[in-house]
Parts: sequence; C-alpha cells; structure tokens
Amino acid sequence: MAETFSVTVRLFAVFREALGASALTREVAPGTTVGGLLAQLIAEHPGLDGAEKAVSFSVNRVYASAETVLQAGDEVAFIPPVSGGQLSHGERQMSSRR
Amino acid sequence: MTTADIIAAGVFRILERPITADELIPHVLTDAYGAVATFSGTVRNHARGKHVTGLAYEAYPEMAEAEMRKIAAEVYAQWPDCRVAMLHRIGKLDIGEVSVAIAVATPHRKESFEACEFAINRLKETVPIWKKEAYDDGEVWVEGVAPSAEGASAGSA
Repeated sequence: MAETFSVTVRLFAVFREALGASALTREVAPGTTVGGLLAQLIAEHPGLDGAEKAVSFSVNRVYASAETVLQAGDEVAFIPPVSGGQLSHGERQMSSRR
Repeated sequence: MTTADIIAAGVFRILERPITADELIPHVLTDAYGAVATFSGTVRNHARGKHVTGLAYEAYPEMAEAEMRKIAAEVYAQWPDCRVAMLHRIGKLDIGEVSVAIAVATPHRKESFEACEFAINRLKETVPIWKKEAYDDGEVWVEGVAPSAEGASAGSA
C-alpha cells in the first residue's frame, strides 16, 4: 500500500465558516483528486451541503480542474464564486447562516 | 525592461487599510504618458432590493495578487504602451468606502479608459475575493462569477 501524504487546505468564505478554520492539514491517499478531497470534506461537514455546486479549485495558488491529482505538500483551495459584480453571469446567493 | 520586469515592479496588492485610486497614480504615470484613467469601486447602500449596512471582503491574498499580475500581463499584451496598478481592500468596509482601485496610464486617453475597464472586468471574474453583505436582518456571502480552470487565466477579450 502506498503511504498517505499531507496537503494544506486553505479555507475561505463559506468554507472557512463551515469548518471553523482558515487552513488545515489533511492526509490523503495517493491518487486523490482535488474534487475528491472536497467530496470528503462535504461528507464530514453537513454545513457544506451544496457547496460543491459552483466551486472552483486551486492548487498551489493556480486555478485547477477538479480532476487534478494531489501531490505531497500541495496547497489546495476551494474557490466559491468570486465577488463578481453584476456581469452577465448573474448572481446567486448562498446563506452563510446555519 | 521586459513585461515580466514591469509586472514584478508593479503595485498589485490586497490591503487591510483604506485605499484610494489616487495613491496608484505615482506608480503608473511617467512623463511619456498623457492620460491616467482610474476606477474606484465603492460600497453601495443597496443590493438586489435590500438595504446594505456594510460589507466584509475576504481574499486568498497570495493567489489574488498573483491573479492581478496575470491580468496585468493581459493588459500589457493588448496595450503594450501603458502602466497598470491595482489594489483591493479586505476586511470590514462602511458604505461609501473604496473596495477596489485601478489606475492605468497611457499616452492618450482612449486607451486608458479601455484598459481600465478591461482590468476591472477581469478582476471581478478571476481574482479570488469574496464579499459578505450585511443587512438589517442578517448577512450573506454574495456569489458572483465562478472562475474556471480554463477561463480564469486564458483571458476573455
């Protein structure tokens, strides 16, 4: 069995509030994707229900796809839709109150 | 100087203090330029039919500054003879305070307006900053554009 390794997860906005931390260190199995890590966190934290719908991902401070496979020492972040403004994409709201 | 040098020396910052567009002017204006366009985004007292009492901005600071530099690279690709600088404030802001400031200097005015508009539009699409609006009866994270791995760095012009 390949050994797990650790990655850093930076948490912002709804993610920071739901997990009660701005960063955490997480052990993951080889082959874990960014999207897979988010699915794990959502399964553990009911407050994140639905958070995956519009989220983007970054790995080492660069936007990345959900399929990106994590490497030891990576810095991962889940990026809720950015504050935007009234562009053609429209705006959605997610209550932060639980 | 190469474009990379210009960007490395430029002002692209996430700050937890009051900001103004004017403070960017010395960073972009040289004797070769005849125009500076500035943009200041301010906190509005209403949104989506609700009365807004205040805002809190949160950023992923290191990535936000890196994304600002990518936008600068896009600006320099389209308007090679210019200088651009950007600031975004985070933390709690009151109504009327400046949340985002951009300045663009160019030889002539037309390009300064165009490049400044391009920069603020891109900033709102790709820079990881979130805002939480406070109302009389609660507060909400406002969702805007979902950046994509493809679109975020590819440019949209």
